[in-house]
Amino acid sequence: MSHTLTNITLKIWRQDGPDGQGRFETHQIPQISDEASFLEMLDILNERLIEEGREAIVFDHDCREGICGTCSLMIDGQAHGPQQGAATCQLHMRTFSSGDEIVIEPWRATAFPIIKDLMVSRAPLDRIVESGGFITAPTGGAPDANLIPIPKPVSDAAMDNAACIGCGACVAACPNGAASLFTSAKLTHLNLLPQGQAERYKRAEAMVETMEDHFGSCTNHGECSSACPKEISIDAIAIMNTDYRKSKTKNRRALSRR
Amino acid sequence: MTLNLDSKVPEGPMADKWSSYVADQKLVNPSNKRKFKIIVVGTGLAGASAAASFGELGYEVESFTFHDSPRRAHSIAAQGGINAAKNYQGDGDSIHRLFYDTVKGGDFRSREANVHRLAEVSVDIIDQMVAQGVPFAREYGGLLDNRSFGGAQVSRTFYARGQTGQQLLLGAYQQLSRQIGLGNVKLWNRIEMVDVVNIDGRCAGIVTRDLMTGEVRSHAAHAVVLATGGYGNAFYLSTNAMACNATAAWRAHRRGAGFANPSYTQIHPTCIPQADEFQSKLTLMSESLRNDGRIWVPKDPDETRKAADVPEDERDYYLERIYPSFGNLAPRDVSSRAAKRAVDAGQGVGPLKNGVYLDFADAINRLGVNVIKERYGNLFDMYERITGENPYEMPMRIYPASHYTMGGLWVDYELQTTIPGLFAAGEANFSDHGANRLGASALMQGLSDGYFVLPYTIAPYLSELLNKPIPDETHEAFAAAEEEARDRYQGYLEIGGTKTPDHFHRELGKIIWDYCGMDRSQVGLEKALAEIPALHEEFKKDLRVTGDGASLNQTLEKAARVDDFFELGILMCKDALIREESCGGHFRSEHQTDEGEAMRNDDDFAHVTAWEWSGDPSNPIENREPLVYEVVEFATRSYK
Ligand SMILES: Cc1cc2nc3c(=O)[nH]c(=O)nc-3n(C[C@H](O)[C@H](O)[C@H](O)COP(=O)(O)OP(=O)(O)OC[C@H]3O[C@@H](n4cnc5c(N)ncnc54)[C@H](O)[C@@H]3O)c2cc1C
Ligand code: SF4
Ligand code: FES
Repeated sequence: MSHTLTNITLKIWRQDGPDGQGRFETHQIPQISDEASFLEMLDILNERLIEEGREAIVFDHDCREGICGTCSLMIDGQAHGPQQGAATCQLHMRTFSSGDEIVIEPWRATAFPIIKDLMVSRAPLDRIVESGGFITAPTGGAPDANLIPIPKPVSDAAMDNAACIGCGACVAACPNGAASLFTSAKLTHLNLLPQGQAERYKRAEAMVETMEDHFGSCTNHGECSSACPKEISIDAIAIMNTDYRKSKTKNRRALSRR
Repeated sequence: MTLNLDSKVPEGPMADKWSSYVADQKLVNPSNKRKFKIIVVGTGLAGASAAASFGELGYEVESFTFHDSPRRAHSIAAQGGINAAKNYQGDGDSIHRLFYDTVKGGDFRSREANVHRLAEVSVDIIDQMVAQGVPFAREYGGLLDNRSFGGAQVSRTFYARGQTGQQLLLGAYQQLSRQIGLGNVKLWNRIEMVDVVNIDGRCAGIVTRDLMTGEVRSHAAHAVVLATGGYGNAFYLSTNAMACNATAAWRAHRRGAGFANPSYTQIHPTCIPQADEFQSKLTLMSESLRNDGRIWVPKDPDETRKAADVPEDERDYYLERIYPSFGNLAPRDVSSRAAKRAVDAGQGVGPLKNGVYLDFADAINRLGVNVIKERYGNLFDMYERITGENPYEMPMRIYPASHYTMGGLWVDYELQTTIPGLFAAGEANFSDHGANRLGASALMQGLSDGYFVLPYTIAPYLSELLNKPIPDETHEAFAAAEEEARDRYQGYLEIGGTKTPDHFHRELGKIIWDYCGMDRSQVGLEKALAEIPALHEEFKKDLRVTGDGASLNQTLEKAARVDDFFELGILMCKDALIREESCGGHFRSEHQTDEGEAMRNDDDFAHVTAWEWSGDPSNPIENREPLVYEVVEFATRSYK
């Protein structure tokens, strides 16, 4: 049965643009059903603000089912809020209590400049994929899909890593603003598969170096994995580091043989 | 009738049409390809696969999305799977069977030749996606696994856990990213297309608005592809992502592109019912749940006991009762209507009495809780997270919701709209699903259009333009369209009324849902056709958009999209009103059998209705493309 929460105080980060001075703004939510999702609470607040002639609070969201990776809120200092293994949009008010004060901020990382209020640019994540996060397989000419059997455990492990939604919570949670979990999830997905072997070390080298151009360095804090809505395992980072190290010799050897 | 609706279906036997089209087609010489510029709007399955393939072929490509990254397109949310006639299970599947099932599933309202091509290339899609590294589910032997889906009698659905759309989109996104990295495709993100521009009867490019700065500008090209998704959000509440909208297709329509069968919309039977007035969207519970769950409602509308306490003989397992051979697996349109009838009869369950039970108690008894957990654990967790109820202990509550739109921009066999040089792919076009889409067929169509159809069918158009320069972005037609767009957005800011865009969207959605949803009638549709324009007038006078037009403003973005939904909503109702028959997702209460089943009228309605913009949204012009069946014979769809 649904209950009503009362008297919630929101402290929300507002910032006019990338170069604007940010500030916290306080808003009261006198009543909200615990069936409401966290983002629906913000929708309701926004409608009220517009009716009062004020600007709505900007925040990113789309699918609202935890799969598109668009939503991105720091809630009480936790990326995606208090619920383990869930994105911001999957959080419901029943996780909170009457009288709570909730602090809402954007992702904070040097590589993610704020666009407005709670919305940031995560474009550098796309740059990492563009540098090597793919298997070169131009359209047409692919062999029959069952030609290469893939052991189920291998395929399952690839899938575990492919589940990354590209939200950037790992970066936001990292004290160094590193993107190691994101990058290693993609690398591990592709490097585990037989189809990914031909470009394995080239991929590792290109993606890691592009990552380092944009993001801070990883010092194995492990905050990333606990913030990750898809619970991507930190083991991926170890796999990435090994492949990157090997890439330095393998790629050079491959070149010298040409 | 002034639209040219020549379908350009090639001559010859059905099974040879596509191969002879490809063999006979004019090619563009590789060194000439880079002289052609193609704009692709949308980076979902259809758009990303098209842009990546064009880039590989050597064309100059620009790709647009209003999302922050191509990977966010709504395709990411598809759960269940993708069909292909691989016959890996040796259970009698074939290209012909997939073709036939799709034509029949579409209630004989699709163009045969397009559907046959779709079935043919379905097999290539799976090969392509596996080569790209899509981790489809596998058997212990390492070969690909399949399941049966949405009532199909063969197992032809490939899947990646409950995240098939995500994995396929990431595959296409990675191919697109590779082309972006190589410099063959230029990406424009957080940019919304707001108009199409034609010069001398050809599409010359688009006008866009930068969502971050409000800048309106033009982009010219030799050809434009719209892969901008469906319009299911016209209903306000739907399973579509929040940002899905009809603006791209609608603006193209206003510039001369025919809009086909707008009333063909799919209402998916298994969604979590609305919990409250403020709800922003509905969540789909995968159709695969119907393989083990039993659907029922209490016989007594005044039933107050908990589900488990209602004795067996006081329950109505209505699908099993009415459709004994398909039972709980009856197709989507049929199941949705049956649920509506139960709820309308007062037998609905849950606090708002707006759902039906999907009960796993029998399956848990038969198979054990662990098997059920293995099969559906993720979905059960998702359900519990949203509703706070534990589906292992009490049945799920479900109700139909808007999910997919079969209607869309009219396209010929080459996927070209009625504007030369403007193409449409994926859910944005009307082409392959007739009046009802089968489960796991939208992903197949999006990838088919983008990877395997457009790269061939765009070439004949381009070859006509060899050595013609890219149209001039300073041409007066571009300047005029930019001016119009600037005025339009400024206009919303200046209304200064009292109500939010969401308020109007909600009210509009209610009207469309009530009168142009699962059950339509002349009286209801006429009512809607009076109410929508009236509400639209109110919108134009009483809308309030705060903020400005020169920085990111989600309220302003929303206002423009809702404005277009109003005009599209009118067209949906018009289309439903003149189609005096019931077919697929379009059910007219005047046209049903004594048992309440849909009654098609093939003598008068075996055609596509393609609407033409007249300048007045309430008076669109009707055009028809007759549907001629060469292979399949009309039959009544029966699932009894
Ligand atoms: C919850 C859910 C589950 C589903 N499950 C399945 C399934 O299991 N199997 C199946 O086959 N189908 C499924 N479908 C249907 C299927 O997902 C969609 O039909 C399909 O993904 C649509 O792909 P698309 O490429 O046509 O468009 P989309 O993926 O919707 O992409 C549209 C793109 O266009 C861009 N765009 C739109 N308008 C503009 C504009 N004006 N300017 C700039 N860019 C614009 C967007 O940014 C986006 O990139 C499901 C649908 C839903 C809602
Ligand atoms: S690894 Fe996890 S936290 Fe990082 S981007 Fe992927 S899903 Fe988000
Ligand atoms: S809105 Fe899509 S993951 Fe949260």
